[in-house]
Amino acid sequence: MINTEEFVINMGPQHPSTHGVLRLMVKLDAEIVVDVEPVIGYLHRSLEKMAEGRHYGQYIPVTDRLDYVTSMSANYVYVLAVERLADIVPTPRGDVIRVIMVELNRIASHLLWFGTNALELGATTPFLYGFTEREKILDLFESTCGQRLTYNYLRLGGVAYDLPKKVEFKWTDGPKTFEAACEKFLNEFPPVLDMCEELLTESAIFLKRTKGVGVLPRDVALAHGVSGPNIRACGVKYDVRKAVPYSIYPELDFDIPTQEGSDCWARYKVRMDEMRQSVKIVQQCLARLPKGRAKAVLPNRIWIPEGEVYSRIENSRGDMGCYLVSNGSEKAWRCKFRTPSYSNLSVLPVLMRGALVADLIAINASFDLVLPEIDR
Amino acid sequence: MNGFDHAFEALFNQLPLPDAVRQLLTMKVVLMLISMGLIIGFISVLVLFLIWLERKISARIQRRMGPMTSGPSFLRSGNMWFGGLLQTAADAIKLLTKETVTPADVDYIVFVLAPCIVFAASLMAYVVIPFGPDASVSDLNVGVLYLLAVGSMTVLGIMMAGWGSNSKYSLLGGLRSVAQMISYEIPMIFAVLGPVLMAGSLSLQEIIQVQERTAWFIWPNIIGFVVFIIAGTAETNRPPFDLPEGESELVAGFVTEYSGMQFAMFFLAEFSNMFVISAVAAALFLGGWSLPFGITQMMRASGMPHVLFSALGAVVFLTKTLVIVLILMWVRWTFPRVRVDQLMHFGWKTLLPFSFVNLLIAAVYMIAYKQIFGEAVFKQIFGAMS
Repeated sequence: MINTEEFVINMGPQHPSTHGVLRLMVKLDAEIVVDVEPVIGYLHRSLEKMAEGRHYGQYIPVTDRLDYVTSMSANYVYVLAVERLADIVPTPRGDVIRVIMVELNRIASHLLWFGTNALELGATTPFLYGFTEREKILDLFESTCGQRLTYNYLRLGGVAYDLPKKVEFKWTDGPKTFEAACEKFLNEFPPVLDMCEELLTESAIFLKRTKGVGVLPRDVALAHGVSGPNIRACGVKYDVRKAVPYSIYPELDFDIPTQEGSDCWARYKVRMDEMRQSVKIVQQCLARLPKGRAKAVLPNRIWIPEGEVYSRIENSRGDMGCYLVSNGSEKAWRCKFRTPSYSNLSVLPVLMRGALVADLIAINASFDLVLPEIDR
Repeated sequence: MNGFDHAFEALFNQLPLPDAVRQLLTMKVVLMLISMGLIIGFISVLVLFLIWLERKISARIQRRMGPMTSGPSFLRSGNMWFGGLLQTAADAIKLLTKETVTPADVDYIVFVLAPCIVFAASLMAYVVIPFGPDASVSDLNVGVLYLLAVGSMTVLGIMMAGWGSNSKYSLLGGLRSVAQMISYEIPMIFAVLGPVLMAGSLSLQEIIQVQERTAWFIWPNIIGFVVFIIAGTAETNRPPFDLPEGESELVAGFVTEYSGMQFAMFFLAEFSNMFVISAVAAALFLGGWSLPFGITQMMRASGMPHVLFSALGAVVFLTKTLVIVLILMWVRWTFPRVRVDQLMHFGWKTLLPFSFVNLLIAAVYMIAYKQIFGEAVFKQIFGAMS
């Protein structure tokens, strides 16, 4: 008999498919995964501690680094917490602009995921298709706040700058207002999304790689606190935007797409449908954009009375929360984030046991993890 | 006349050269060296062109421009199709001048030998490729068998690379490649048997000559053709069957630890193998250098110079090959990678039965042909079979 034994392979922290610095200690029996242990902490920057040394307003740019793929929503959850604690009401225009930006950012984030997910499965072309569209959203962001990745755009009481009067990009056919350019993008985007889906959704190899792979039982998902598209792919219709409404979401008309499959394909499909819903939301926001100031007049430094608050929003990876404690000074006494990827990661080892190496990558990709958000 | 060396011998005998020079040039060894130089030169240019072509085609598929800056400036100006013509040449020079890093713990001899074997195997296949009428380096009478044998040598090189690198990713890649290539070789051999059965010969030139007299062997071997292309893709490790180097899983599989020219040799071998597979498919199933409907026979009968006839044949052959190459590239940039167990299932449970079916169809076709058209016509057309 040949003596065989399992061997341990370290996937990451430097590996093309672990998106950043996730390290998976994988115990392999040839191609079959016997055990997986995720190791995190390679990107710890003590972001939460930094909140204790900065004024409430000063901390906003740091939240960008929480989740660089959807910085807008990371801004949002923090700003929302401070506003609730300090009883600041954002201006109506600022409030709507925030929703526009967060939803556009959600589309951009899902597009990035669409590309990388396909890339992990070995298809290179969807990556470029996703990025071409994402580029347009980044153009819009750049014209608004000057940044393409870490926006630092939301402020207490609104947003930093009003929407630009004139923007001009390669794809806008001449100068347009921000609203018109955005409208143009939103009209052109769904057909492109259909094309992207055509490339993957019904492709035989893609179906074989994703259908029935990484099936996440609903009770396991709930027990681990999985949220966002990942839990909606298990058939749980849970979305913070509907469950614990904030901002203007209760007044908007949109659906929460769900799937029953619980597998990689369901997670893929939920995200594709979500992008269409986000388009719908932004269109409604553009139609109802009120006039007026984009930011309430506030002093630069604010002293917040003693108290604590927990704010939560639905970012593109799930339920994101910010727990803020004030001791009456101009700085937070404690700031704690609940980040969706952290909880989503915790369920991975359960799914990966018994899978093949290729499945391990597919499952990891389908969860849309963003590491800086896990390590903080 | 048979092979490049004979063609050169004829050429040198016609040229007004001093006798001593002629005697030197027509020596067997010299003639072989000349044809070898010719083929290596051809492969180098071809592979550089293929890499450039693949980059351009993938760029078009992915809505970008691809390499644009290197190359003649008149091709650069705004023409998305011809920019960057010398990009791969520049890349090759870069790789050649780079230091080849050898990791500390490798099995040195195996590690260094592996890329040489892979590259040599891909070069050896060109010996029997029928570029045109009478234009192969050597028209072996066991050509098809030789091709399959040489194709298997690549596995050896890849396994050596996987083992010698002393890296876990490389080892996994090497193991995958062995499993994959062995299981895809069998349907490939059975797919090839269809044309071989119909031509009654293992010589590629003879197979093409029979196709010239009858019709392309894609009829009735259409299943065999599809099986051959799929198995060939797997055999050359091209996506969607690029499991041995599946970059999202195994970093770069068996080439993980290679750098510089050693890496380039694997890379060049991949593209050169792709051309070989396409060329063999064109020769076995699409009539090689012959044109359908008796056009080639008319040309042969028209008494045109043999050189012109050969050159036209070569153009036809390269066109057919390039069409198949384009299909392979198109597939590569469209589909995701299959999983390792699905690959095995597909090879053993789908491709292999289909290749049997193809062989059966070919056999039945031959018997039916004999019954319908009679012994005499059969003998005249499938000469070797009688």
